[in-house]
Amino acid sequence: MIKNIGWLTTLGLLPLLGALVIAALSPKSVAAAKRIAFGTTLAVAATAIAMAVKFQIDNVDFQFVEVHSWIPSFGINYAVGVDGIALVLILLSVLLAPVVVLAGWNESHGGRWSAKTFYILLLVLETMMIGVFSATDVFLFYVFFEAMLVPVYFLIGGYGTGKRSAAAVKFLIYSLFGGLLMLAAIIGLYVLSGKQGGHTFDINALSHLKMSSTTENFLFLGFFIAFAIKAPLWPFHTWLPDAAESATPGTSVLLLGVLDKVGTFGMIRYCLTLFPHATRTFTPVILVLAVISIIYGAFLAIGQTDFKRLIAFTSISHFGFITMGIFAMTTQGNSGATLYMFNHGFSTAALFLVAGWMASRRGSSKIADFGGLQRVTPMMAWAFFIAGMSSLALPGLSSFVSEFLVLVGTYTRYPVAAVVGSFGIVLASLYVLIPVQRALHGPTTPGNESLPDLNLREKFAIAPVLAVIIFLGFYPSPLLKVINPAAAHTIAQVGFTDPAPRIAQVGK
Amino acid sequence: MTSTAVVYTSNSLVYLIALPLFGAAVLLLAGRRSDRWGHLLATALSAGSFGIGLYQLSQMLGHSNDQRVVTQKLFSWISVGTFNVDAGLTLDQLSICFVLLITGVGTLIHIYSIAYMSHDLDRRRFFAYLNFFIAAMLLLVLGDSYLNLYVGWEGVGLASYLLIGFWNQKPTYATAAKKAFVANRVGDLGLSLAIMITFATMGTVSFAGVQEHVGQASTGALTAIGIMLLIAATGKSAQFPLQAWLGDAMAGPTPVSALIHAATMVTAGVYLIVRSNFIFNAAPAAQLAVAIIGAITLLFGAIIGMAKDDIKKALAASTMSQIGYMVLGAGLGPAGYAFAIMHLLTHGFFKAGMFLGAGSVMHGMDDEVNMRRYGGLRKFMPITFATFGLGYLAIIGVPPFAGFYSKDKIIEIAFNSGGTKGWILGTAALLGAGITAFYMTRVVILTFAGNKRWDEKAHPHESPFLMWAPMVLLAIGSVASGFLFTHGNSLRNWLAPVVEPQLVHQSELLSPAVVSILALLLVLVGVGIAVVKYLRREVPEVAPENVSVFTKIARRDLLQDDFNEAVFMRPGQALTRALVTADNAVVDGAVRGVGRLTVGTGNALRETQTGFVRSYALWILIGAVGLIAAIWVVAQ
Repeated sequence: MIKNIGWLTTLGLLPLLGALVIAALSPKSVAAAKRIAFGTTLAVAATAIAMAVKFQIDNVDFQFVEVHSWIPSFGINYAVGVDGIALVLILLSVLLAPVVVLAGWNESHGGRWSAKTFYILLLVLETMMIGVFSATDVFLFYVFFEAMLVPVYFLIGGYGTGKRSAAAVKFLIYSLFGGLLMLAAIIGLYVLSGKQGGHTFDINALSHLKMSSTTENFLFLGFFIAFAIKAPLWPFHTWLPDAAESATPGTSVLLLGVLDKVGTFGMIRYCLTLFPHATRTFTPVILVLAVISIIYGAFLAIGQTDFKRLIAFTSISHFGFITMGIFAMTTQGNSGATLYMFNHGFSTAALFLVAGWMASRRGSSKIADFGGLQRVTPMMAWAFFIAGMSSLALPGLSSFVSEFLVLVGTYTRYPVAAVVGSFGIVLASLYVLIPVQRALHGPTTPGNESLPDLNLREKFAIAPVLAVIIFLGFYPSPLLKVINPAAAHTIAQVGFTDPAPRIAQVGK
Repeated sequence: MTSTAVVYTSNSLVYLIALPLFGAAVLLLAGRRSDRWGHLLATALSAGSFGIGLYQLSQMLGHSNDQRVVTQKLFSWISVGTFNVDAGLTLDQLSICFVLLITGVGTLIHIYSIAYMSHDLDRRRFFAYLNFFIAAMLLLVLGDSYLNLYVGWEGVGLASYLLIGFWNQKPTYATAAKKAFVANRVGDLGLSLAIMITFATMGTVSFAGVQEHVGQASTGALTAIGIMLLIAATGKSAQFPLQAWLGDAMAGPTPVSALIHAATMVTAGVYLIVRSNFIFNAAPAAQLAVAIIGAITLLFGAIIGMAKDDIKKALAASTMSQIGYMVLGAGLGPAGYAFAIMHLLTHGFFKAGMFLGAGSVMHGMDDEVNMRRYGGLRKFMPITFATFGLGYLAIIGVPPFAGFYSKDKIIEIAFNSGGTKGWILGTAALLGAGITAFYMTRVVILTFAGNKRWDEKAHPHESPFLMWAPMVLLAIGSVASGFLFTHGNSLRNWLAPVVEPQLVHQSELLSPAVVSILALLLVLVGVGIAVVKYLRREVPEVAPENVSVFTKIARRDLLQDDFNEAVFMRPGQALTRALVTADNAVVDGAVRGVGRLTVGTGNALRETQTGFVRSYALWILIGAVGLIAAIWVVAQ
């Protein structure tokens, strides 16, 4: 059996193994649990990087493929494999996991359950994240998609702050609702496949199904609504600020940085490739929702008085950009959107972690409770500032590359959407600089005089995140080379080619 | 960069940028440890960059004028589908002018700041930002594509933000920094859109590529690109209608005002337009818009300049106005590009010199900026007075000082651009010259002449050597640069391969001599009025309140802030509040409503169970219904 275990399965099993070891510890060995969790996430990251090195960038087929029969009577397989897009998202997940553990070293304290349980949940979640991006069997994807909710639900409800239970329930129910719509669509696909040569959940096989346009539209919507809730698109977004406000910073990083990307990833992997005609039909509506999300999210972010909610709304604006890029149906849009998912993960991680440190020191995440931090805690202020610059997509930082690719890729096909969406870059300067001014500048306000600056552990946690943000701003090629073939392949599958420059069109 | 030009490659261009960037990184990362030597390292690196610039110039001089373009490709930056942008640099006759201005004036201002900032606890951080600015500004002028330029463009915006807010413990300064960044971002939106349209139209965003394909593009597309580039320029160069940030930007330490908000960064918009000459030449409507914006701003700034009592704000208004001249020149097409750049360079000398002079005055006057509290300082600060005075003669355009050559040329070309347009633009530029003479004379009189209006606590004194030496060097530039650039048409010929491949013959409405005489007459009038108003009469220490509506409006910066607040800020804030309320009440309200409805239904369905499991069951039920519906649809 062992010799059949491939890279992706190994990757998925490693965190579970760590979780089992932690489970076997005595409840008092909190320090050991932390170290094991950190070690495990580092090992997973190292394994993933080793795997990524072996990835063939010019091959558009799924790689590291493993197929094992799981429930034969329904044609369900344990089937995994990755293309460039999935690989990048797996890398995002496993690189952020150790950062989250290290940054939130004390997040597990004071929860409803033990610190041990916190790390078990975290590691189980990591397994789910790897699984959801690797699955090439639609049913397997669904299982991960839904099962992922469980650890997050307990992480928010058990270890969060404020109205954590309410936020956790809202998150769960909203997600379940979407998940069930998707389940219905998946069963629809299954029934169809039975009529056309045999029951299957294999994504490649399903992408060749023939169906009437009504059927396709309904099935598309089943998937799309689930994903639009996950990577919240206006108006399905209201669960996110509540969840982000209540969750621990580390949980929020994984929630906004990785889990929400399952939604945008799903749009590319499932909506576009399984339902190309319905995609064309719904593109105008979705672009409108995406542009509304960009602008609406930005305005709402400007109006927030709480750091965590503010970051959540900036993410809604960013998810609007990602969705716009996906449905622009150009290679620049699609590659840009995928790169955006990766970059947004890091930039949001930086924002949430620093905001979390600020909040835990001050005992509040209200923006008004801060002031003059640049004098008191210069390191922390710098980290927050750079993260903020990344959020407003300053050129030279990673998010600029992806945001500009999305905009230019959208403009070539849908200029109006791109132009309206571009106003997001002006609004971004407001939602970043207003809290920067309130919290970091001005005189030091009462209650802030003696806040300690970043400690060594925190510096070690944030430095690699900021380094990645700066490095990829100048040299995004390593990721783009991996993403580009998959993005181009996806566009071709939907039946689009990039618009030629106007001057070439006139020439013809 | 013309298609016939022979292009050389070089491996050393990148060091121009790398040296100051390295300095910024070292100073920021080393932190307090570099407090003792940080400023020296930063100054040395800036000077090193200037040295490389001189070396590059000597190399260029060794080639004939059509063989002077040097490029360096560093790596492939962004490559997706047909969107390919290299991290590449190009040095040509246009960018070398900027390189020398940025690093030359930049180094002088580094030297000046060693003394000026010597008492500031954060001097090291200040020098880190200065070095970062030099690096970003060099990238802006060396980048070989619009996207590379964009990186430098926002980079200098960041440097400007950090330096305006250098003393951001003071809330108004922090607000000024934010205002500058946001106004610039509006301009950057224009640049973003220009790049998008360029790529969609021509499939490339490199300067060389766009120049090559510009002939095939439609006028409509080129006009759109031109207008977007103009919007970008108005943001960065504080031109109408995005000018409101510049006055507030004077919150930054004065050396910053000299370097960034006078000599270099704010002129980036002029660079952008001149660099894009091939687009504007093919889009006459956009070109006309450039000229109109320039003409409006040169008057706008000059009028504000008449009413300001804060010496830095008066100089800032003057900067806005002088850049208006440059933009006007750039909007006059091939005949004007070279003179726009010439005025940019001469202005770089005299305005930087005067700002440093203002800094020197403030240094000796306990940071007082109100000119009504100055007076008679020439006896106490002779060097400052002399250098400032030379800059003054240059800016008002007295021959043979620098401004005489560069500004009169722009006025002349404006008149000669033909028809009603020529009359209107020329008259505006001529009028501006008179107003300039008035407000600058006012500044000089209020500061250096007349009775002293400061109390004994201020001990005005001349600034130390490190401060006055740069002022002297810049004053030499204010005296000589105009003559040097014009002598034998040197600058025009130098730039010709970039901006004027064929010599342009203009109709001659007014001859150079006539323009000069007219301009000098107006200057004389302006100086005369100022002398009568401020030298012959007593200057009140507090600005009089019983003034005309016109003066009141000018003091309020022609209501620029009132307009922006009424039209953008307050409605924007109201919209934000409304959306926050609506998001909670309507969007989330609907979600909560559905939630309550289902819980209610759930109660009805399963009265015995409690809590969350119940609603879970309900969701399964709903899912099952959806499922059946889906299967029904599929089975049809």
